[in-house]
Amino acid sequence: MGLESNLTGTFVGTRLSDALNWARKYSLFQYPFVTACCGMEFMSAACSHYDISRFGAEIPRFSPRQADLLFVVGTVSHKLAPVLRKVYDQMCDPKWVVSFGACASSGGFYDNYCTVQGIDTIIPVDVYIPGCPPRPEQVLDALMMLQEKIQREPLEKQA
Amino acid sequence: MSKKALERLTAKFADQVLATHDAHGDETAVIKRDRLLDVLRFLRDETDLAFDMPIDLTVVDWYRKREPRFEVVYHLYSVTLKHRLRLKVPVDEDDARVPSSYPIWPGFDWYEREAYDLYGVAFDGHPNLKRILMWEGFEGHPLRKDYPINKRQPITTLLGEKS
Repeated sequence: MGLESNLTGTFVGTRLSDALNWARKYSLFQYPFVTACCGMEFMSAACSHYDISRFGAEIPRFSPRQADLLFVVGTVSHKLAPVLRKVYDQMCDPKWVVSFGACASSGGFYDNYCTVQGIDTIIPVDVYIPGCPPRPEQVLDALMMLQEKIQREPLEKQA
Repeated sequence: MSKKALERLTAKFADQVLATHDAHGDETAVIKRDRLLDVLRFLRDETDLAFDMPIDLTVVDWYRKREPRFEVVYHLYSVTLKHRLRLKVPVDEDDARVPSSYPIWPGFDWYEREAYDLYGVAFDGHPNLKRILMWEGFEGHPLRKDYPINKRQPITTLLGEKS
């Protein structure tokens, strides 16, 4: 929190947050946490046919320290959960999380002894994508929803 | 082809073979645990049997359906002679252990660890018998039929839970 904390609610403050949010929503650097078959669908969405770069999110960063959008793609087991938590903790603020597919969102049909029943029990999630696996169009729709959400974020959240 | 394997096995270890059956050329022998290693070594070393490749090792839990409760199942294949054999070894719940087949087929190393991890059947003489799939500190053996179906053992503190 710096000088901008004095600007909350003022005209300058709201204009500033508009500009910051606009820049952020079109330059999402994603960290694909890909664990299962949904990964193939994610690759399809990221490649030229569906072309996620139209939304400014084309560069996957394979270090969480360089990413601000965490894509959790696929089933997460309890054994993997501490890794996911650590990856999330290593990301710098501001950061967002997309839960990709039925397994990441709810455990899917893996209602069993080893599977995390939704990653929102481990880390906070901004957008859920249903489907097993989701269509690339759903991924793009989720990305646009996330962009709308980012655009609405108030200045005081942008510490 | 492998009908011969069953015949050879019964001839050599008549007192060890509890039953055999053969469905559409799919041969199975149910054998006792006592001389299991001798049986396995015989199957590997005889030139006309030559089961040189371990295919699969697993356990069946006949909870409340059959006694003894567990059955250790070996699937063997001969690369040179191209025939297969299945062995079943009944094991009691109170004494759920069999000798390790690791000295005969090192390929069964991780299979035995997996069977131990998920069913709790011990393999005596295994060089490194510890869990392979479940995490350290996991309690119980999740593929046993009496493992509670909704039991979860998370290692991370879940959100909204007090640590």
